[in-house]
Amino acid sequence: MIDIQRAGLLTTVQDLGRARQREFGVASGGAVDPLACAVANRLVGNELNAATLEITMGACVLRFSASTLVALTGADCHADLDGTPVWSWWRFHVARGQTLTLRPARFGMRTYLSVAGGIDVPETLGSRSTDLAAGFGGLEGRALRDGDRLAIGHANAAMRNVEPLGVRPPLWLSDPLAHRVRVLPGPEYDDFTAATHKSFWENPWQVTPNSNRMGYRLSGPEPLARKKNRSHDLLSHGVLPGVIQVPPSGQPIILLADAQTTGGYPKIGTVISADLWRLGQARLGSTLYFSECSAAEAREALREQLRYLAQIERALAWHDRGILKTPRVAAITRNR
Amino acid sequence: MTTLKILPLGDSALVCEAGTTPTLATQRRVWHVAALARTWPDVREVVPGMNNLTLLFDPLATDIEVLGERLRDAWQTQPAAANVGRDIEIPVHYGGQHGPDLVNVAKHARLQPKTVVQRHTAPEYIVYFLGFQPGFAYLGGLDDTIAAPRHADPRLSVPAGSVGIGGNQTGVYPLASPGGWQIIGHTASVLFDPAANPPALLAPGDRVRFTIASLDL
Repeated sequence: MIDIQRAGLLTTVQDLGRARQREFGVASGGAVDPLACAVANRLVGNELNAATLEITMGACVLRFSASTLVALTGADCHADLDGTPVWSWWRFHVARGQTLTLRPARFGMRTYLSVAGGIDVPETLGSRSTDLAAGFGGLEGRALRDGDRLAIGHANAAMRNVEPLGVRPPLWLSDPLAHRVRVLPGPEYDDFTAATHKSFWENPWQVTPNSNRMGYRLSGPEPLARKKNRSHDLLSHGVLPGVIQVPPSGQPIILLADAQTTGGYPKIGTVISADLWRLGQARLGSTLYFSECSAAEAREALREQLRYLAQIERALAWHDRGILKTPRVAAITRNR
Repeated sequence: MTTLKILPLGDSALVCEAGTTPTLATQRRVWHVAALARTWPDVREVVPGMNNLTLLFDPLATDIEVLGERLRDAWQTQPAAANVGRDIEIPVHYGGQHGPDLVNVAKHARLQPKTVVQRHTAPEYIVYFLGFQPGFAYLGGLDDTIAAPRHADPRLSVPAGSVGIGGNQTGVYPLASPGGWQIIGHTASVLFDPAANPPALLAPGDRVRFTIASLDL
């Protein structure tokens, strides 16, 4: 079991979300940074889609009442295990009775904690993810609270003997480039004025505090204006995470994992699949930039992301077979 | 027959639109094409909207041009049955504490509250598609004379099962949520149950009738 001693701002159980439920009006949900969630799972020998904890902005304290293997990915919270620092994007063993403390995240927004065997909550509509708006999935359909206890699933016995190991994050979140996301022009792109196009691509867009897992409300120096006679009310249609819609106020909203399945606002663009994880790490108050990209570039970016995951798979497979007992990167960082 | 406009939505979805003035005939075609598209192996999700359809696919396994052509071909085929869907009755407690805005709607329509209820229970509504909330059905068929504007300030929380009118639409909130519609009643019917399969009571093509469970004027 994991005892939640301090739940922090918003901690929920999340896997990679629900499939084939959108036609019922149910959001896909799942980790807002699916890449960090997948890597966390791989580090501890889980299916990529196992349930993890999504911890928002850190400041969370967990006590383990059983020995297990865990990994932390996503935003770095300078965590420690009974006072001994542990790294982000690493896996490490936790002994029964030890306490893991996450401090407030310095860069990035969401940290993922995986445990070997996964967080054991019942599956609802094919996923263990918490749907906060609809109140189902995860632990009783809600965010974790101080004093909650979570069961751990059945772990692969081989994971008991693996060594601690770290992997390269997809990008350091302190890097200013972390805030640039690639966007494909949306179906209603041409309904906006030329001045608006320029403003959209060139201006910084601030993530306002009125943002959550459903979407980021952005604020820019000038509202995005439509050409005359172009309606701001479309017939309701399917939307998905990454879609940037423009309500009558002209201040755009980027839809995220828990967004409604249908919408009626014009869509100026869509963040490419490979960059959705970057959105998940954009903090409230931080600034996003949009870069125009082509469908071919979007596919290449996705292939690159799959190559990154494949490299991690291969490195872990080699390591756990004993071929690379002490990888150089581990040796260097240990001596620092 | 309307012509199709097929537009990419990001790298992993297509929106396929059939005109801007929605009709039931076009919607039947949307359901028909949605049913076909669900059987295509590279299509991950099919989301019908109001006279449109969104397909989600794996961008690395799908040729968007080929998928677009397949959609156009499917659009040309005849829907098999004119009447898909079931008949579903939703008993409603109208007015009083269950429907705090029934009086508003009546005033706006210059009708007696009882007449509003009669006109709300008269039609057979058609479920066009689900969206907005889990299990929320967009219904066609509201009598124009009882259409009513949304509240300027949405309520912070409307209970699950609330029956409302917003503009020229009517519907039932499956879950407690903030809401701007005029609430005229409440139903004990469960519109969404995540433990059920399928989780939603209503499906596109269903015919819905609201009946009077009680009337508090």
